[in-house]
Amino acid sequence: MTTKTILEVRDLSASINGVPILKGMDMTINAGEVHAIMGPNGSGKSTFAKVLAGHPAYEVTGGSVLLRGQDLFAMPAEERARAGVFLGFQYPIEVPGVTNSAFLRLAYNTVQGARGRDELDPLEFDDFVQEKLALLEMDPAFLDRSVNEGFSGGEKKRNEILQMAVLEPMLAILDEVDSGLDIDALRIVASGVNRLRTADNAILLVTHYQRLLDHIVPDYVHVMDGGRVLRTGSKDLALELESRGYDWVAKEKAGVAA
Amino acid sequence: MSSVLQNLVNQPYRHGFVTDIDADVAPKGLNEDIIRLISHKKGEPEWLLEFRLKAFRHWLTMTEPAWANVKYPKIDFQDIIYYSAPKPKAKLASMDEVDPELLRTFEKLGVPLHEQKALAGVAVDVIFDSVSVTTTYKQRLAEVGIIFCSMSEAVRDHPELVRRYLGSVVPYTDNYYAALNSAVFTDGSFCFIPRGVKCPMELSTYFRINTQESGQFERTLIVAEESAQVSYLEGCTAPKFDTNQLHAAVVELVALDDADIKYSTVQNWYAGDENGVGGIYNFVTKRGLCKGVNSKISWTQVETGSAITWKYPSCVLLGENSIGEFYSVALTNHHQQADTGTKMIHVGRNTRSTIISKGISAGSSNNSYRGLVRIGGKADNARNFSQCDSMLIGDRCGASTFPYIQVHNSSAKVEHEATTSKIGEDQLFYFAQRGIGTEEAVSMIINGFCKDVFTQLPMEFAVEATKLLGLKLEGSVG
Ligand SMILES: Nc1ncnc2c1ncn2[C@@H]1O[C@H](COP(=O)(O)OP(=O)(O)OP(=O)(O)O)[C@@H](O)[C@H]1O
Ligand SMILES: [Mg+2]
Repeated sequence: MTTKTILEVRDLSASINGVPILKGMDMTINAGEVHAIMGPNGSGKSTFAKVLAGHPAYEVTGGSVLLRGQDLFAMPAEERARAGVFLGFQYPIEVPGVTNSAFLRLAYNTVQGARGRDELDPLEFDDFVQEKLALLEMDPAFLDRSVNEGFSGGEKKRNEILQMAVLEPMLAILDEVDSGLDIDALRIVASGVNRLRTADNAILLVTHYQRLLDHIVPDYVHVMDGGRVLRTGSKDLALELESRGYDWVAKEKAGVAA
Repeated sequence: MSSVLQNLVNQPYRHGFVTDIDADVAPKGLNEDIIRLISHKKGEPEWLLEFRLKAFRHWLTMTEPAWANVKYPKIDFQDIIYYSAPKPKAKLASMDEVDPELLRTFEKLGVPLHEQKALAGVAVDVIFDSVSVTTTYKQRLAEVGIIFCSMSEAVRDHPELVRRYLGSVVPYTDNYYAALNSAVFTDGSFCFIPRGVKCPMELSTYFRINTQESGQFERTLIVAEESAQVSYLEGCTAPKFDTNQLHAAVVELVALDDADIKYSTVQNWYAGDENGVGGIYNFVTKRGLCKGVNSKISWTQVETGSAITWKYPSCVLLGENSIGEFYSVALTNHHQQADTGTKMIHVGRNTRSTIISKGISAGSSNNSYRGLVRIGGKADNARNFSQCDSMLIGDRCGASTFPYIQVHNSSAKVEHEATTSKIGEDQLFYFAQRGIGTEEAVSMIINGFCKDVFTQLPMEFAVEATKLLGLKLEGSVG
């Protein structure tokens, strides 16, 4: 087999505070691929993303996830990040008092260190990060502000992608990166993401809207509901969802099962 | 997560060792005979003995204050040793003659006592239990007319200065612990910057409590004459004992016209263990008098130690246009209790004060800010700005803010802002998701939180303070 498998999710279930949310997720993501997850509100998309990233509030109750053949759940969240898992948050967290540049540099150097690469001093890092800012057409003034503090919704999302650009992850999970972005910003962020795509990494997009998928074209579209993937298809599935909604997917699934 | 945070803040105290040195120790207890003994041992003039005895008699009429937001068993003042001096082998003329055991202690503490210190531009006056052991760089300072020595030496060599200023800012009648200190203080630092002199280096004192059950009562007096400038650093550590030790110091600052005094403290007294056993009771009275016009007194403190801290470095702004500042970081962990803050007493016209207080609570600790801003009737156009922020780590700790504002002049402008934040699971997860572990995340968040205070510290101290907070919150993250 020549394709490299990045992520292999088998029959994953997880709960929060004893409430089961994920109920048997399956997904395989190979290098070079873009996957999209769609599904109604509350279907478990963000939960899936956070479980993959290692949020401590969730308990994995069954199944397995392999990251490049390694047991993902054997690693705490920071190790997953260092191994190349990146989560672009649906609701990015504000960190008052910590500048964006200091945060980015520490994250970068930590991840680089884990990859056995050289760290950058503040001056070198500044050169490096300026390029990334340009990629996302961001004002350098954002570097001196506290992480996400007082950022508008769209600015926060763009800042998430700036972090992705800096960390160059192997698997980027972008949870509703398009929400809150204006039309121009959507185009800029999407083209930024596209430029970060390589044959060796993969992207998992969580979204409600086709318009993001017009820019970042997925290889696979998964429809989630009730904590499971109900259907997987090509990019055309997203178009179908756009016109028909979600109901029919569940009905068809039920029909097949019955 | 709370267990991760718990581990993180469970950092053992690194200065907990006892030095085995012959000490000249007075019997336990407090009465006029003990005070006479202290005064006699120190070869003091009659007026000072009188000062002590008056203070003692006044103290007997007072009761221990109970208004602070701290809890502790009643202190038995008869169960304390009031005088304990390391026995010097001989009169100390140079560093080589200092008891090597003592030097090793300082080395373990990281107190840089040797000549290298000159490069860093710090003169160190070391207080070991109650007696000042050695003062470095006195010579260099003397050349510009600065007196920097132990209080005992000052009493001996500059009695007129000591007599003029001692008790002029904190009278013995001021409060219970100030009265006690005035009666039994054994040593401390004295610093006098004459008119027009800018102190060429930062002055530094390290305090350390060694003898078990010995209370430490230092007395520090800093006087900056007209247009004089000085920056003074105080650092504190104490060894571990199961019993509580009392520390009741008095610090007095006097700034004459156009003088500028900056007083910085990094306090890391032993805080007791994770169950709240042992630790220092730190009941300290610190006050600065901006006596002259355009004078300025600035307090910066980083309080990380002590079982109980009761401390309100204050400024009396008497001179017109004088400025008082208070920058504070107080960190409490385990069962520590801190009730700290400041008083800004505006008396003169156009006086200004700034209060920046950052309280960090972890474990089961309790951290209170208590501040008074008083604008007197004659303080036209006085201004104050206060910012009091609290940060909670975990959910068993507490933070309270008690601002008292008394304005007796309608032209005054007083602003008070307060915030409370919490290092929560989602914030730590955000860091972790970017590859940053819990310890580093907490340290980064805390340093960000304390930035406005740390920037006020002299460079060298800022680095130390950052490290210290890191240590206090560091642990085995698993
Ligand atoms: N602490 C909790 N206790 C109980 N249920 C929870 C808890 N946290 C989340 N849930 C539930 O888990 C379900 C999945 O939430 P999730 O955020 O994964 O949905 P989503 O698919 O991302 O939705 P959206 O499209 O609105 O972002 C929701 O029904 C939510 O209410
Ligand atoms: Mg979601």
